[in-house]
Amino acid sequence: MGKAQVIPFGPQHPVLPEPIHLDLVVQDETVVDVLPQIGFIHRGLEKLVETHDIHQYIYVAERICGICAFGHSMGYAETVERLMNVEVPKRAEYLRVIMHELSRIHSHLLWMGLAADAFGYESLFMHTWRLRERVLDIFEAVAGGRVILSYTLLGGVTNDVDEPMLAHIKDVLAGMKKEYNELCNAFLKDTSVKNRTVGVGTLSQEEAIEYGIVGPFARASNVNNDVRCIGQGAYGELSSFEPILDTDGDCYARVKVRALEVLQAIDIINELIDKIPGGPILNPVKGAPEAGSEASGILEQPRGEVYYYCSGNGTKNLERMRIRTPTSQNIAGMTMALKGCDLADVNMIVLSIDPCISCTER
Amino acid sequence: MSYVSKSPWIIHYDGSSCNGCDIEVLAALTPLYDVERFGIINTGNPKHADIFLITGGINERNISVVQEIYNQMIEPKVVIACGVCACTAGIFKDCYNIIGGVDQAIPVDVYAPGCAIRPEAIIDAVVEGLGILEEKAKKLEAEKKGA
Repeated sequence: MGKAQVIPFGPQHPVLPEPIHLDLVVQDETVVDVLPQIGFIHRGLEKLVETHDIHQYIYVAERICGICAFGHSMGYAETVERLMNVEVPKRAEYLRVIMHELSRIHSHLLWMGLAADAFGYESLFMHTWRLRERVLDIFEAVAGGRVILSYTLLGGVTNDVDEPMLAHIKDVLAGMKKEYNELCNAFLKDTSVKNRTVGVGTLSQEEAIEYGIVGPFARASNVNNDVRCIGQGAYGELSSFEPILDTDGDCYARVKVRALEVLQAIDIINELIDKIPGGPILNPVKGAPEAGSEASGILEQPRGEVYYYCSGNGTKNLERMRIRTPTSQNIAGMTMALKGCDLADVNMIVLSIDPCISCTER
Repeated sequence: MSYVSKSPWIIHYDGSSCNGCDIEVLAALTPLYDVERFGIINTGNPKHADIFLITGGINERNISVVQEIYNQMIEPKVVIACGVCACTAGIFKDCYNIIGGVDQAIPVDVYAPGCAIRPEAIIDAVVEGLGILEEKAKKLEAEKKGA
């Protein structure tokens, strides 16, 4: 064995658009230890509840992360609604879940593109991102923005989606599904993809449970922690919901779980569009949360379970707001998966957990 | 500007943005907007880059990283602040860990506001930056001749 040496990875690194710094302790091209350093994007968003009231904070919550922007505004709104005992109209619940699943498709396609870039398959990256633009077009038609939507309000959503638009969403998804299946073929059957992913960065089920990892990263190691199973909001109205699991726990399993989740999300959206009830879309929230009241909520975001906690103090501002995001859980699992891997595989393994540093550091 | 004398290579760094602008920077490179057809390539190496696209504000932890990347770039170089957070710190202005816009750390040539910035606005800013790059190159040339 050669002498151990430290190779820095990041914070500015071509494989990830976001800054994270890893000190890789390397011995003969094999990674023996990993020391992550974070804090490059820390802004201090949780403290902004003191200067922004509950309605204004939706727009701050949305900017915790630009990829799961809709998910964060939805999770925050659901938690504050629970804090103030507000009933959300059924149609608004459906619209929120439809938009949330659309953002899951956009997030997973984004990730699959970046993964293709990480294992050096440039044309696959371009094709995946081309397909992703269709979802952004739907966002733009419905809410007016491409990534930051500002579609959620406390007690509902900002504007209704009419029948022709819902039918259009179904059409777009049907067209996408056909092209997506071709892309999936490349991701799941191509030998050059398999060479880079099969058996790389394996994490066993026991390790996944021990490190408390969440989301598709955990589901690839056969840990069922999909909180959509609980059936909150419109998820409860689905005829059936089976989380997608895989037993291998390597990079290939993670690609597979996310690839299949896109198809699952398309099915969920189609079912909800068929079932969507009429009625109002907004139950305006008035007043302020009571002093001493507390509420918490969970939501399955593209990267995994997010936990929200908030407490009121009798004024328009919240007393405390706390968010636990999936990547802060998963970084521990990532360092486990990196140990013993080849230096050339570090890119792929870091990317395979779908790290979202903006969420983690807030 | 009627012609471009060179295809600039860009380097992108996420200051403390929410990712929204970062994925739009990448979206500008991918098929719908496709600036790669003009030879504009996203490079990971500061020494190869002509244009520095930076998103998000500056905080205590990343100010040295941003300055380091800027110093490693070779003259002439242009800095483009992408998104309102990079221009003025935007919605995060009141956060305790934010110093301010990118101009608190390095000189900025083009400000491109928007939350999140649209790919069209990024392309517009890069085209404006190309003009500035040209001017800076001419100035450098003149200085060399003068010396």
